[in-house]
Amino acid sequence: MAKKKFVVGCFDDEDVLFPAVKKVRTAGYKIKDVYTPYPVHGLDHALGLKETSLHTAGFIYGLSGTITALGSITWIFTKDWPLDIGGKPYFALPAWIPIIFELTVLFSAVGMVLTFCYLCQLAPFVKKHHFHPRATDDLFVMVLECTDSTNSSEAESFLTNSGAIEVKTEIAEDGWWFGRYDKNEMLFESKSVIA
Amino acid sequence: MSLKYESQIREPLVYGNKTYHQVTEDIVRPIEAKPTKLWYVGFYTAVALLLFGIYSVYREVVYGVGEWNLNKTVGWGWDITNFVWWVGIGHAGTLISAILLLFRQGWRTGVNRAAEAMTIFAVMCAGQFPIFHMGRVWMAFFVMPYPNTRGPLWVNFNSPLLWDVFAISTYFTVSLLFWYSGLLPDFATVRDRAKTKLRKLLYGVASFGWTGSTKHWQRHEALSLVLAGLSTPLVLSVHTIVSFDFATSVVPGWHTTIFPPYFVAGAIFSGFAMVQSLMVVVRKVFGLQDYVTIGHIEAMNKVIVLTGSIVGIAYLTELFMGWYSQSKYEGYTFWYSRANLFSPYGWSYWGMMACNVLSPQIFWWRKMRRNLFVTFFMSILVNVGMWFERFVIIVTSVYRDYLPSSWSVYYSPSIWEIGFYLGTFGLFFTCFFLFAKYFPTIAIAEIKHVLKTTGESYKENMGDYEKVSAEEFAHKYAH
Repeated sequence: MAKKKFVVGCFDDEDVLFPAVKKVRTAGYKIKDVYTPYPVHGLDHALGLKETSLHTAGFIYGLSGTITALGSITWIFTKDWPLDIGGKPYFALPAWIPIIFELTVLFSAVGMVLTFCYLCQLAPFVKKHHFHPRATDDLFVMVLECTDSTNSSEAESFLTNSGAIEVKTEIAEDGWWFGRYDKNEMLFESKSVIA
Repeated sequence: MSLKYESQIREPLVYGNKTYHQVTEDIVRPIEAKPTKLWYVGFYTAVALLLFGIYSVYREVVYGVGEWNLNKTVGWGWDITNFVWWVGIGHAGTLISAILLLFRQGWRTGVNRAAEAMTIFAVMCAGQFPIFHMGRVWMAFFVMPYPNTRGPLWVNFNSPLLWDVFAISTYFTVSLLFWYSGLLPDFATVRDRAKTKLRKLLYGVASFGWTGSTKHWQRHEALSLVLAGLSTPLVLSVHTIVSFDFATSVVPGWHTTIFPPYFVAGAIFSGFAMVQSLMVVVRKVFGLQDYVTIGHIEAMNKVIVLTGSIVGIAYLTELFMGWYSQSKYEGYTFWYSRANLFSPYGWSYWGMMACNVLSPQIFWWRKMRRNLFVTFFMSILVNVGMWFERFVIIVTSVYRDYLPSSWSVYYSPSIWEIGFYLGTFGLFFTCFFLFAKYFPTIAIAEIKHVLKTTGESYKENMGDYEKVSAEEFAHKYAH
């Protein structure tokens, strides 16, 4: 991970944010992310993000749960220790439906949550750079990533003209690290900044 | 441009002139303020009950199930009654958060967080009963299927009791995940406005480093939707399977095919009643009347009168079948052991009828649905009634067996059985008091999401939209 230079613009209204996103993208700036206090519907499309395939992952996890349950019970009750229960067939599929169903749901839910945490890099003691503390309160924080050709003061005034109520330029760590939110630790003395 | 129109005919879900910041302030305030005296009184009462419960369980573990007044025919007394009662209560949270999410019921946002918390705590309480009913509780892990040195001797996958193990543990896990993934953004909100170091540390750890990135929100939405889709059949399956514990037996009174829908309706009924009891108090104590509005209370009361009536139909169907089947044993159970007020447990049957079927009918009147005192009183009554229901099902069915020589003496619980039950109240309320103090009791992000559509002050401006003709509106805003 490395430090990068970012231009930050804060918006306080979704109705200003959406046209601003459009303008910023047409102007050719690279939007790193928009941090919002709640899921703003349609913002992912406006930013040109792809649909998530978390659903598909959930389906696959679910299927593996079905197979695990059906497979283990079949092996246990027909091969490993066939048990005569009230004269029922050893392969008593209808009686296994509840457990097969429960394991399908369990595998799918647990797998999806773990995948979600992995994809979003969320875990206890994970710390990330927060561009604005009010991004989880009432501001929509648009962050532009500076490249070699980006003039940050121009970008700042562009954001102001697009309706940002607050703009700033920051040099910050791009990824995540292990840390505590009550401590302001210095990550590493990095003098070089990419772009 | 996002579509932000909702008819003015619909009641606002958030009252007052709120901004996003105001929403945060209102919901986080109780977390940041010192707990009140009343909170301490409630919390320590709960802890005291919990300690008494722990002592009761200690006696049961050390001296055996003989500490309870169970006898030869009544093998499942208060213990399993309480188990089914708590599991039933644990159904409302997932119903509110999952099924109402799929049905796009906006009012769920105000109550889902607390209801889910309640669900988790109720399932925790429920789990204690079958575990300690085993007697030799240190062997409780025998219910898990694992390769062992006893053969390996596997568990019986054809048994409803084992289905229950899977159903309840899955239900608990999935509810917990659903609840906690929804909490992440709200913990981040608390973290980012925290003033003290301890709060920054704890909420920082709890929020997993949540930033509010658009991509993360997109995944979060997908996750919530799929978890809701999974939880919906799950919540229905859990009480269905609990009802199988009874329905697959050959005991008159249990051997009934209507049990699954009847149990699920009863579970939703009692769960909503518990949500009402808690929310009526929480909204008052924390000043959240703008978020858990009288409209929310009314919506839940409608669910209560609906499910209460479904349960009522089930009771009458059982009575009818008790006669129509012309089975002597069925007839005896339903018409003597239950419906006859002067039979030994007739009082519990009629207590159940009065609390579950007759009294909720008061909610056909709008004025009553919107009356807080009536709501609170009724919610307690419904929970008492639902406890009677489980007691009726269990005890009246088994206290007189096929063989009159083994008919039991009148079963009443010992102090340690009662203590165990009180102890779970202690556990439940200890958890709930801690939750109410340290967790955002209302889903902050979800309220913000619906604020500009259903907030009172925003709705007042909807008039402009309504002047536009439908076609023009659709042309302009529909995607």
